[in-house]
Amino acid sequence: MERVEPSATRPGTAAAERSFDLAKGTVRELNQFLHHELPGSGVKHIDVLNPKGAHSIAVGIDHAVDIDVRGHGGYYLGGMNKFANITVHGNVGWGVAENMMSGTVRVKGFASESAGATGHGGLLVIEGDASLRCGISMKGIDIVVGGRVGNFSAFMAQAGNLVVCGDAGDALGDSLYEATLYVRGRIKSLGADAHIEDMTDADHSKVGELLKRAGFSYDPTEFKRVASKRSLYHWNADAGQEY
Amino acid sequence: MCGIVGLLIKNPAMRDQLGELMTPMLIEMAARGPESAGMAVYTQELSENERKYSVHAPQWDYNWAQFEGEFIKRFGTDAQLGVKGNHAILTCNEPAKNVKPWVKQSFPGLHILAAGRAMDIYKDAGHPADIAKRYDFPKLVGTHLVGHTRMATESAVTPDRAHPFTAGEDFCLVHNGTISNPFMIRRKLEHHGIEFETDNDTEAATRFLEWRMREGDNLEEALRKGFEELDGFYTFLIGTRDKLALVRDAFACKPAVVAETDDYVAIASEFRSLAHLPGVDNAKLFEPMPEELCVWSV
Repeated sequence: MERVEPSATRPGTAAAERSFDLAKGTVRELNQFLHHELPGSGVKHIDVLNPKGAHSIAVGIDHAVDIDVRGHGGYYLGGMNKFANITVHGNVGWGVAENMMSGTVRVKGFASESAGATGHGGLLVIEGDASLRCGISMKGIDIVVGGRVGNFSAFMAQAGNLVVCGDAGDALGDSLYEATLYVRGRIKSLGADAHIEDMTDADHSKVGELLKRAGFSYDPTEFKRVASKRSLYHWNADAGQEY
Repeated sequence: MCGIVGLLIKNPAMRDQLGELMTPMLIEMAARGPESAGMAVYTQELSENERKYSVHAPQWDYNWAQFEGEFIKRFGTDAQLGVKGNHAILTCNEPAKNVKPWVKQSFPGLHILAAGRAMDIYKDAGHPADIAKRYDFPKLVGTHLVGHTRMATESAVTPDRAHPFTAGEDFCLVHNGTISNPFMIRRKLEHHGIEFETDNDTEAATRFLEWRMREGDNLEEALRKGFEELDGFYTFLIGTRDKLALVRDAFACKPAVVAETDDYVAIASEFRSLAHLPGVDNAKLFEPMPEELCVWSV
């Protein structure tokens, strides 16, 4: 793997820049650097060049660092992220920021299926559309999607917030637990146990804050709130399995 | 898991690069299907009365000259044979209803992979990179291609169970996923006199859709009937003489991504297969929605 010599583009932080060209090296070499050599290296910013849809770029990071991925990523980009701030200047494949713990992952293009799946924390911003199952089983992550989300989004979502600036597909929030969903556009259909609730002042300020962090300027009052009816929480023996 | 790849050239000047552009797409998808691979290529169409057959032999050094001699003796007509090891493209004036039963009876070791006026098929067990080399995929020339890399889930790894599957004439299909009701489909079609050659689920889908088109549906109508009758998970890429069609089931559990430019439409399971294509950075990139019909014409 060719590592570009530290550049002096940022005065006073000469060693703070690093560049990895995936046309010349492997994703494994990049991730090994991020896991083992990054701590204590003084590197604050990394450019990843020529990602060309490779899988597992910048996964499992446990340190604060800014990463710019210059192109389209493959599956699981930024998965399990902790502390890092990752920007993808392109689209991503399945499972972007899956199981993220903290930090930020921003996708300038569109995201394929299961974006932010099982995420525990941090902020995932998708500036374009997100495909099916966005936020499936999310556990505390905040997700803001600039475009629409596909079918079965926020399926079994347990905690956190999903803000959708466009439309939502079929079965939004099916079997929803305590995550809250906010949709500005049309909802094609709600999943089992999901319903629309009135927006409160707290919702307006939460949506406003998430939109601001994500860089969108929509009016929070344009959003609908979707939450759980909580009727699937407990097994009801009298229901004869008819729900 | 399997990999699908497809390429339709819009710019006629690029048709001689078809195989060259497609081969890296196929090899990149080897990670999704390292066991077998196949490619259907649509070449210049033969005249109304001519037919060509893609024939697969059990050995690489098969005695094709004997086959050709017997063919000429039987049909008393001229035939051309283009041989690539265990594959041969037989071009002649005989329709499938004459050729298929004769081959089955006289050369039971041979398997007719495809019949029609435009489509050639090469498929075999082995790593996709080896298969691409074996059959000179980079040199394939034509209007469009349908390719597949297979990771078997429900039937054996053999050349005849590799994709593409074909039915009728110039109709092929590759599949990523699993059909749950292939035997139900098969029983239904067998009542209509349709014969099956393998126990593979994809063959059932292929024969179902081709049967619908012979019954008068156009490609789009056949695919809509497929949504109703084919149960399971699938991304299908389908080739006809003048079209490529891409569909995903209602749950869209299997991937597909499309890159479209003024010069071509390229389809793959994952973007990494498309990353090397010229002009892909400025291509229109999208993923088909569940049950969306994506159909492109040559």
